[in-house]
Amino acid sequence: MMPELSLNILDVTQNSVTAGATLIKINIDASTADDRLTISISDNGCGMTEEQVRNVTDPFFTSRTTRKVGLGIPFFKMAAELTGGSFRIGSKVGEGTTTTAIFGLSSIDRMPLGDLPGTMTALIGPSPEIDFVLTMDFDEKGFVMDTRQFREILGGISLSEPEVLTYIRDYVKENMAECNMNF
Amino acid sequence: MKSLAELAELREKMKSSVNMRQDASDDTRVVVGMATCGIAAGARPVLAAFVDEVAKRKLQGVMVTQTGCIGICKYEPVVEVYVPGEEKVTYVLMDPEKAAKVVAEHLVNGRVVTEYTIGAVQQQEHK
Repeated sequence: MMPELSLNILDVTQNSVTAGATLIKINIDASTADDRLTISISDNGCGMTEEQVRNVTDPFFTSRTTRKVGLGIPFFKMAAELTGGSFRIGSKVGEGTTTTAIFGLSSIDRMPLGDLPGTMTALIGPSPEIDFVLTMDFDEKGFVMDTRQFREILGGISLSEPEVLTYIRDYVKENMAECNMNF
Repeated sequence: MKSLAELAELREKMKSSVNMRQDASDDTRVVVGMATCGIAAGARPVLAAFVDEVAKRKLQGVMVTQTGCIGICKYEPVVEVYVPGEEKVTYVLMDPEKAAKVVAEHLVNGRVVTEYTIGAVQQQEHK
C-alpha cells in the first residue's frame, strides 16, 4: 500500500520506462461535479500479450526473473477500488500500454495525490532521454508539462541536470498551486 | 508562476557553467533502488536529496540515476555508489539526511560512510 497516489504513479510509470517507451503520458483529471479522480498512464513501449495483460493484476505474476511477486499494479488497482472506483489496463504488443485508475474524489479511503512534482523529477532525472507529458485538469482549470517543449528551449543541456530538475519541480508545483490542485 | 522564459534564462546561465561532457564513462554514479519496495520505503525523497545536494554543491561528473529491485527489499531504500576505479559501495536503510552525509563525505571528500553500508548494518544486526 502506498501512502500517496503520486507514489503509485511513480511505481507504475517505471514499468513504462522498463518497457522501453520513448514517450510517456500521464493524465490526471479531477472533477468535483462527477466526484471523480482519473489517473491514466500511457506509453509507446513494447506492450504486453493478452495473457500478460490478464495476469498483470495478480500479485504473484511478474515478468521479472529475480523474484516471484510484482505488487506495483495490484497496489494501484487496490487503491482505486477501495474508493469505489475502478481500474483497467489495455495493451498491444509493439504499440504500448495504457493504465487507467478511477478514484472516488471525496472518498475517505482515497489517498492524497501527495508530492507529484517529486514524482515527475524522480522519473525525468534518471531517464532524460524519455519524453514525459503531464496533463492535469481540475474542474475548469488545468495545465500541461511537456518535456519536448523544455528540450527545445534547452538545446543540448540534459533534462537530468540538477538545476533543470529543480526548475521542472517548481514548474509543476506552481502550476498545481495556480489551479488549486490540493486534492 | 514559472514561465518558459525562465527556462531560457537558465539555459543561458548554464551554457557557460555546464561543461558539455561527451564522455560519461568517468562519471560517479549514484544509483537509487526505485522498484515498488524502494518507493514504499521512501526512495523518492532519498533520490531528491541526492539531486538537491549535488546541485547545491555544483558537483560535476556525478550522475544520480535509478534501478529496479536488487533483491534486498528489507534494506530499502538502497543506494549504490560507483566511483570509477573503486569498489562499489552499497548503502542501506537510507533517508534524506543520510543522503546529504553521503554526498558530503563520500562524493566530496572521498571517505565512505561506513556506518550506513550494508556490511556495517548487517554486523550490527548480528550482535
